Amino acid sequence: MTMTEVKGFGRQKGHTEVYRGAEYKVDFLPKIKLEIVAPDDRVDEAVAIIIKCAKSGNVGDGKIFILPAEEAIRLRTEETGDDVL
Amino acid sequence: MRIDTGDTTWILVSTALVMLMTPGLALFYGGMVRQKNVLGTIMQSFVALGVVTVQWVLIGYSLAFGPDIKGLIGGLQWAGLNGVGFAPNPDYAATIPHQAFMMFQMMFAIITPALISGAFAERFKFSAYIVFVLLWSTLVYAPLAHWVWGVGGWLRSLGALDFAGGLVVHISSGVSALAAALIIGKRKGHGHEHMPPHNLTMTLLGAALLWFGWFGFNGGSAVASGALAVSAFMTTHIAAAAATLSWIFVEWKHRGKPTLLGAASGAVAGLVAITPASGFVGPLAALFIGLCAGMLCYFGVNIKNYFGFDDSLDAVGVHGVGGVFGALATGVFASKALNSAGADGLIFGNPSLLFSQLLSVCVVILYAFCITWVILKIIDRTMGLRVRIEEEVEGLDLSQHGESGYIF
Repeated sequence: MTMTEVKGFGRQKGHTEVYRGAEYKVDFLPKIKLEIVAPDDRVDEAVAIIIKCAKSGNVGDGKIFILPAEEAIRLRTEETGDDVL
Repeated sequence: MRIDTGDTTWILVSTALVMLMTPGLALFYGGMVRQKNVLGTIMQSFVALGVVTVQWVLIGYSLAFGPDIKGLIGGLQWAGLNGVGFAPNPDYAATIPHQAFMMFQMMFAIITPALISGAFAERFKFSAYIVFVLLWSTLVYAPLAHWVWGVGGWLRSLGALDFAGGLVVHISSGVSALAAALIIGKRKGHGHEHMPPHNLTMTLLGAALLWFGWFGFNGGSAVASGALAVSAFMTTHIAAAAATLSWIFVEWKHRGKPTLLGAASGAVAGLVAITPASGFVGPLAALFIGLCAGMLCYFGVNIKNYFGFDDSLDAVGVHGVGGVFGALATGVFASKALNSAGADGLIFGNPSLLFSQLLSVCVVILYAFCITWVILKIIDRTMGLRVRIEEEVEGLDLSQHGESGYIF
């Protein structure tokens, strides 16, 4: 699992900051991006855990995207496939 | 002449307090710029300690306070501090060594050009800045200090009151800041790129150091320890507190939220405005001056938006506006009962003081603006004022100094 601090926004939009009368519209808000590569039979479990931890029910909670990984190779041993995970 | 140890102690402490204001200003300004310019901005204030000290020792003090030439400038008899020794000079401070008075005044000469740097933050070339500080200290600060404070100075003879530098320090720097912002032009991306302050905790620390140092700035301007120093010390604090509140209340009403930058700016605005009045007014007048200064400067920092110049850190809006208001308020609230060396203001039945204040404000505005304009034009034609566009994009820290403020 990899976690990255990123900036972004979806439907919730940003906020406005004011410094001595100068207004700045801040569109990009700090977000956390998780990247998880899991075997097919454990995807539902991973999704359930993320929802349990990250869902607050408010705009801005974020999204989960599920896409296939074509291949996985461990550099150290050159193993491939599910063995790597 | 007998040296008073209490007076000397207070002036030495005050001198050190005012010295600390320049690094305080460096942090105040440094927090307000973008991260890539933090060191360049801090450096512009800090290097004034070096440049102006040397200038002051060699010619600055003599030009400002030396033997009068026709009310316009001091003679060069005291150049290199020749004859400025341990014996008091009764013209300026009869109970402390002349060198103590010279050092105290030096700290004022140091911070004043540094104040201007707020107007052209994030784009001024460092080499040009050093030349600017030298020329400005010699051609603007020294004559103005002589006119207002020097024995024989023509504004002083006219009856203008400036206890601790409303005219000489704040109006002169605020007006010069306007000339500088107009000549150097806007920062690249001004108006459409985001340029929010990168570290407001640093700015607040700077404002706190300024407030702390201002006790020496105004309290020390009594050039003695005792009742007058206490009175100036007290009015300084009261005005700063009142302006802190009035700024944030106005912006709360106007913008919906009270900001920390507003509180820091309000404090400085109050300190600026009380400076010329601090030794001539009572506590309630100080409260009133502070309340008005916070509100006026809150709107003062928005002037630039109407006229379209980029006074990046609001040197004009705070020091210019606050300084003019303070000088005029001195003409209204000054009381001879509080300081026999002063004069009565408008509310004590003497309109003539307000008139001489107004005249001296106009004179200082005209002189500082014109001479600063000429100095900057000459530097611009010869060595150039501004960093190259790619240096501006890279930031002053790397392009001017080859270092970065933050390496985490």
